[in-house]
Order: sequence, then structure tokens, then C-alpha cells
Amino acid sequence: MIEIKNIQKTFGDRTILAGVSGKFKPGDTSLIIGGSGTGKSVLLKCMIGLVKPEEGQVLYDGRDFLTGDDDTQKAIRREMGVLFQGGALFDSKTVLENVGFPLDMLTDLGTAEKIDRAKFCLQRVGLEAAANRMPSEISGGMKKRVGIARAIVMNPKYLFCDEPNSGLDPLTSIKIDELIREITDEFQITTVVITHDMNSMMEIGEKIMFLYQGKKLWEGSSSTITQSNVPELNEFIYANKLLRDTKA
Amino acid sequence: MHHLGRYFIFLGSLFRNREKIGVYSKLVLDECIQIGINSVFIVSIVSTFIGAVTCVQTAYNLVSPLVPLSIIAVIVRDSTILELAPTITCVVLSGKVGSNIAGGLGTMRITEQIDALEVMGINSSSYLVLPKVLASMIMFPMLVILAGFLSIYGGYIAGTAADIITPEDYISGLRSDFKPFSITFALIKSVVFAFLISTISSFKGYYTSGGALEVGQASTAAVTNSCIAVLAADFLLAQLLL
Repeated sequence: MIEIKNIQKTFGDRTILAGVSGKFKPGDTSLIIGGSGTGKSVLLKCMIGLVKPEEGQVLYDGRDFLTGDDDTQKAIRREMGVLFQGGALFDSKTVLENVGFPLDMLTDLGTAEKIDRAKFCLQRVGLEAAANRMPSEISGGMKKRVGIARAIVMNPKYLFCDEPNSGLDPLTSIKIDELIREITDEFQITTVVITHDMNSMMEIGEKIMFLYQGKKLWEGSSSTITQSNVPELNEFIYANKLLRDTKA
Repeated sequence: MHHLGRYFIFLGSLFRNREKIGVYSKLVLDECIQIGINSVFIVSIVSTFIGAVTCVQTAYNLVSPLVPLSIIAVIVRDSTILELAPTITCVVLSGKVGSNIAGGLGTMRITEQIDALEVMGINSSSYLVLPKVLASMIMFPMLVILAGFLSIYGGYIAGTAADIITPEDYISGLRSDFKPFSITFALIKSVVFAFLISTISSFKGYYTSGGALEVGQASTAAVTNSCIAVLAADFLLAQLLL
């Protein structure tokens, strides 16, 4: 389980996160939603250690990630998988090399074992045929799937996805969402997804946290989100005319 | 001062929490090809022409019949070994290699590739930058030796083809009053310049933030700052070692 307590972060005189707390359970796909500039990505970066908050704690199964010693942080990092917004694939490596990269760097497995594991993960995301292609030769959706394969190659306990649907067509978005949910169920991972995609919210939002101006304004699930009486959340959900008409 | 402080902290980070030595060997080899082998063409062209021009212009300035023609070769040799081969080659390389390093790292930064390494618990600065620094310090001296040879040969071709000097006078000039320390000095300069160019360019690229525009700005800043650092170091080394 991941627990965040009172995360506070400022950039200059701008408060980005004003004391955000929450819990993310294993086997759940938890969503952090909110409009642009509400601090979702900064919160994710605080959770994975790319940004250091001024205040607060990030606990991975009780282990404090932010104040833990080097060994603790290293151990936690090895249990993390992160899917970045653009995939963040290494341009100079093939798809297979990208997926196998964490194994090369962080394990003592033999070459054959590494290749087998990387191929298994590529197969899991349906991209075994693209193994020898370069990242520049594959589509945006494929890059995200390779990113997921790389994120799960180390058998992570915690999976973080930063806007996995951004820049994708609705059909591909749904496929990516389904893949994230399947992987979460299959490996009982604690998954945290940053998104502002309504389809994702309804499809995979087992637990949803709504951020507004750096604060958590609402927490619930996809089944209860439409009954919320938080005006900021309702404004966010019903920004789409189709949804407004459906509600009416 | 703020940037200088960050630069030194950045240099320190290259050696902290390094990966296993085996990880770097392939990376250094790849960078040697990228930095060294891929620069052979431009270095060859520049140095050959510089040698040729030095020979022709020296001859133009030597109007006294009392000065032996072999002195042209002496001037070409000494100016090449002491200054033109190491300094001009490294200024050219700061443009080619420096912009390449800064652009590459800047792109990795804005596309979150560096973040991906950090999240895996890999020291990204050490993993990405140290091989570039080592490869530069290996390859730059070799390129300078090549540049020195081709520059002197360029002077020979230009001088003899234009009937400025006979081959015998040129060879005799090259051999007269030669100080072997000049070679050592050129190689010391090339190693220092390699370190400055690779680290300054890496620093600029590694800390890029924003988008494509900022990557371009980082590349430009890398080349400008590297050139200034090379010229300042050139002066300091000349004062200290000659």
C-alpha cells in the first residue's frame, strides 16, 4: 500500500500542493484527476522521488521513501514501475532493449533470461512483433505500450502512469486503460494513474482523488463521482457538452 | 557564481553512486565512435586547409632574402603543434561535439528519458555524462595528433604545389630545432580542452528545461561557453607550462 501524508510543495511563491493526503491499495487502480495546473503531475513526481516536497511523507508499505536512507530508497525504486506521459523510451535503443534495460542495469540475470523476460512483457502488451524496431518507428500508442512493458519488466509492486491516454485516439485510449487494469489485477500491483480523461475515470477508476488548486477536494469511485456535490468537481466532469446533455 | 557552483556540484555527481565499471565500457566505446570517429572528416578538412593557409601566409610575410625558406616550415610546424592543432581543432570540436552532447542530453531531459533513469535508481548524470567525458579525453588527443599531422602535410602540399618552398627545404625546416615538449604540451591542452568541452556541454544539456526552443538555446550556450573556456584555458596553460 502507498500512503501519502500532508504533501506540500511550492515553486517560488506559488503553492502547487497544499497538504495532500491519501491511501492507494494493492490491486486497485487509483486515479488522481483534476484540471491542468492543479498539481497532479507534481504530486506524482513527489511520490516517485523526482521532486522533493517541503513537507509530508510518502510511505511504501510503511517505509518512508523521502527520508529513508539510500538503500531503502533504492529498494523502493526497484519495486516501482513508471509510465511517463510520452513513454520516455530511449531513442538509441530498440523496443526490446528499452524493455530489457532495467534488467540489464539492476539485475544479475543471464542474457537469455533477460531477453525471455523482456519478450514476455512485450507479448503481454501485444507488441512482440515490434521488438526490433526503434522508438522513432512506432506510433504514440505503441510507445505507451512499450512504456508499460518496461514499467512491469521488474515485476513492480507499485505502478505509476502519468496521463497514459494523452495524445491517443479514444479506441487506443481504452485499450491502454484496459491493459493497465488487467496488469494491476493480474499482478496485484498498487497502481496510481494521473489523468483528466473522462473515459478513463469511468472505465478504470476504482478509486478517484480529485485535486483542485493543490488540494484534495473529493475522493470516491467512478460509481459515486456523478453524485458529488462539489461544484469544482461537477464543473470538471460536465465540461463536455455530451455529458451535460446526458445528465440533463 | 551560482552557475559555477552548480557546475562543480554536477561534476561531483558524475562520480557519486556510479554504476559497475562493466556498464561504462560499452558506453565509452560507443561515445568514442560518436565523438571521435565521426569527427575525423571535419577535423581533417579544417586542419589540412589551416596548414596550407599558414604556409602561404608565412611565405607572403617573409620578404627578406636573408631569411632561409626553411623557416616557413619551422613556423608552420610550431604554430601547428603549439596552437593550431590543439586549439583550433578543439574550437571546431566544441561546435560539433559540444552541440551534439548538449542537444542530445537536452532532448533526453525534455522527453523524460533522464527522469526514467532516475526513477530506476540509476545515477543519470554518471550513466549519461561520464562516458562522454572519458571518450572525449581519449579521442581528442588522437584527433589533435591527426590534425597536427594533416596541418603540417597541408602546408607541405600548398608550399610545394605553389612553388613557395622546395620539399627539401620544407623537410629540413620541420627537422630543425624541434622541441619534443611541444607535442606533450599539445596533448596536455587537448585533454584539458576535452574535459572542458564535454563537461560544459553536458552541464548545459543536462539542466535543460522547457521544450525544443530551450534545447536549441542549450546547444548554443554549450558551444559559446565551451569556446570561451577553451580559449581561457589555452592562455592559462601557455602561461603555466611554457
